Amino acid sequence: MTTISSPPLKRGPIFLLSWGPACAGMTIFAALLLAAPALADSDLPAARWANEQLPDPRQEAQAKALMEELRCLVCQGQSIADSDAELAGDMRALVRQRIAAGERPGQVRKWLIERYGNWVTYRPPVEPVTWPLWAAPILLLVAGAWLLRKRLVRRRA
Amino acid sequence: MNRWLRFLPLLVLAAFVAAVIWRLDRPAEEQIPSQLVGQPVPSFALAPAMPGKAGLLSAELAKGRPRMINVFASWCVPCITEAPLLMELKRQGVAIDAIAVRDRPEDVAAFLARHGDPFLAIGSDPESRVQLALGSSGVPESFIVDGHGIIRYQHMGPIEPGDLPEILREWEAAK
Repeated sequence: MTTISSPPLKRGPIFLLSWGPACAGMTIFAALLLAAPALADSDLPAARWANEQLPDPRQEAQAKALMEELRCLVCQGQSIADSDAELAGDMRALVRQRIAAGERPGQVRKWLIERYGNWVTYRPPVEPVTWPLWAAPILLLVAGAWLLRKRLVRRRA
Repeated sequence: MNRWLRFLPLLVLAAFVAAVIWRLDRPAEEQIPSQLVGQPVPSFALAPAMPGKAGLLSAELAKGRPRMINVFASWCVPCITEAPLLMELKRQGVAIDAIAVRDRPEDVAAFLARHGDPFLAIGSDPESRVQLALGSSGVPESFIVDGHGIIRYQHMGPIEPGDLPEILREWEAAK
């Protein structure tokens, strides 16, 4: 995000540093403990449906499942279901309002993808760009089976 | 069996570790640009964010002249740093409207009294709905909408002095 409310997480060399002496690790641990996120949020209360469940349990289940697969725009490692950011709350409210109005979860997801791209969903669509992503587990399984077979055959010999 | 083949898993591991170290050192792009640049501005109607100002209607954005929409908030600290630059853009003839995200009328009025008011109309977006509809992921952000209501440009984050030439160029292009 672009306010100073949530400083972008610069993960980088810090992990490499923590491979160093234990005291460096302790310092980083202490820094993490002290580094409470300084949230410069608005004073307004959360949107009504940000933290309130829909009365219809089936709709709420649909909304919840979708929220867990949508990515928070502010704290980019979290789903909007997990995030405390105000914008995530407003996104939850948007999801619940649209589901309550009769939209299907797929339509709500599509609406957000039209605005933020595939970035916003944790369930990437199958398309040429994501093909390696979907194929990798299968290829790895095949490679594993091949390696295993080699071993077993050699042992029997 | 080729004896070099046994080193293959090690090589794969080394490649994986190298890829991870590279990504840790160079984090991925953190800005999420709106996919609506080049698309019509979504339809919305926002109530005035403070007394004495008009609210913001998307229909007003397709009346033949370009407009700039500044998405801001009184509680947004970087918005203070870009305030003088918005005044400068106004001085140079840029017509700027605003969307106040999650804000109160008195807070908006106090913010503009203190930091300057370059805005023609200000719509209030208490639940970030129009912000989300625009594909904006934070405050401040600015959009340039041409006279046909097509979003032509998005600037993410506070406008800095070095951004003015590009914004003015995009403004001229949207005319």
